[in-house]
Amino acid sequence: MKVVIDQDKCVGAGQCVLLAPEVFDQRDEDGVVVLLQENPPAELHDAVRQAAQVCPALAIELAES
Amino acid sequence: MIAVVGASAAGLTAVQTLRREGYDGPLTVVGDEEHMPYDRPPLSKQVLSGVWEPAKVTLPSTVDASWMLGVRAVGLDVPGRRLALSTGDDLAYEKLVIATGVSARRLPFGSDLAGVHTLRTLSDALAFKAELAAAKSVVIVGAGFMGSEVAAVASGMGADVTVVDPLPAPMIRQFGPWLGGLVAKLHADHGVRMRLGVGVTGLRGDGRVSGVELADGVVLPADVVLVAIGSVPNTDWLAGSGLSLTDGVDCDSLCRAAPNVVAAGDVASWTHPVHGRRIRVEHRMNATEQGMAAARTLLGKGEPYAPIPYFWTDQYDVKIQAYGLFPEDAVPEVVAGDVGAGKFAVLYRHDGRVTGVVGWNLPRDTRQLRSRIGEPA
Ligand SMILES: Cc1cc2nc3c(=O)[nH]c(=O)nc-3n(C[C@H](O)[C@H](O)[C@H](O)COP(=O)(O)OP(=O)(O)OC[C@H]3O[C@@H](n4cnc5c(N)ncnc54)[C@H](O)[C@@H]3O)c2cc1C
Ligand code: SF4
Repeated sequence: MKVVIDQDKCVGAGQCVLLAPEVFDQRDEDGVVVLLQENPPAELHDAVRQAAQVCPALAIELAES
Repeated sequence: MIAVVGASAAGLTAVQTLRREGYDGPLTVVGDEEHMPYDRPPLSKQVLSGVWEPAKVTLPSTVDASWMLGVRAVGLDVPGRRLALSTGDDLAYEKLVIATGVSARRLPFGSDLAGVHTLRTLSDALAFKAELAAAKSVVIVGAGFMGSEVAAVASGMGADVTVVDPLPAPMIRQFGPWLGGLVAKLHADHGVRMRLGVGVTGLRGDGRVSGVELADGVVLPADVVLVAIGSVPNTDWLAGSGLSLTDGVDCDSLCRAAPNVVAAGDVASWTHPVHGRRIRVEHRMNATEQGMAAARTLLGKGEPYAPIPYFWTDQYDVKIQAYGLFPEDAVPEVVAGDVGAGKFAVLYRHDGRVTGVVGWNLPRDTRQLRSRIGEPA
């Protein structure tokens, strides 16, 4: 799985960090998402999928392989 | 066949969730706007300011469903499981998702004058933006989050902006007078005038609006007026359906409005299992979460819907974020950051519990404080 984020669309909701703190973080100054790992291991895939579904800006895209 | 009425955030999420959770039967979405689903929050932000091309608001909606766009549902027969459509046709369904959202509330006068706008749809936003570019004096009626956001964008475009509201502070309904006072100051610092504590009694103009009459006798000159006085749930088409419509579509905690009928998003109210009272949440995040919950209920996988609501608004260079609920008499306390420095987080307490947290340019701490919601205070 490859994770792609769109920092331009992100509204800093932090929902992704709540669900998958190993994969997502937020910038201090404006809360915009930061990707910690592009290719998360299999045990995190479920959490990452949930984050992508719940992100209110639909700023997380997944390429499943 | 599962039918979804309303082709926006909540309806789209319901469709995606149904497919993801394994429903492989026919799915039809009925939506009265001509567009495929798009995102509304940027309309009063990036679209109005011109930072985004309008096309950027389109939501990714590659999902196997048939879309009937530009078509309104005009009636519902619950026992007969049929929708009546504006085309004159009927649509038979087995299960139904109601996701028709809300419409902008209008003033009881003046809506026919040119230059008087509301802001709910993409076409509203484009029409308003076109006039804003040339406007000298803009009056915004209503100092809720939408009026406040638009005031920030309009003043950034060089217009002379006045916001009018009968309440004593902006966004007071959302977050109370203390935070409202800070929002008022933010706007004053940017040269936006706030006429608070006074209502609008009329709009002046002959064909095109020229002024806004206030209850204290003052007439504010205006070339463009935005009416941002809240919203009305889109339930007119459900009159006579037998559904309970006291606050939008009334649902139980599993998002059910009737057997085989669920509702989600801005139009749906439900009894929150933790707070024990009926609420309706007009926030973007809720459209997604409730769309998911309602879809799961239709597939027999429903669980009581008990979210911590999330809301944000952007004004000038300030991002305000809120998790939880903010009852009218909840008491705020600053627990992180520094108000003077323009970065802080506030906990709200009510009835001996923490009910919500608001952050002002302090996203990470605010997210961390979310975990305190519900703890005894
Ligand atoms: C300008 C603006 C800015 C916003 N900013 C923020 C923000 O910063 N933060 C935040 O949290 N929230 C914000 N919101 C709120 C957020 O956009 C809504 O909560 C969200 O759009 C709700 O989604 P929904 O699908 O429930 O309803 P809607 O998006 O209202 O969609 C309902 C759809 O159903 C259609 N429909 C209605 N009746 C019928 C019918 N009878 N037949 C067929 N179709 C019908 C409507 O035309 C509409 O397309 C904003 C809203 C607006 C308008
Ligand atoms: S959930 Fe979406 S909007 Fe929120 S921080 Fe993550 S990417 Fe940004």
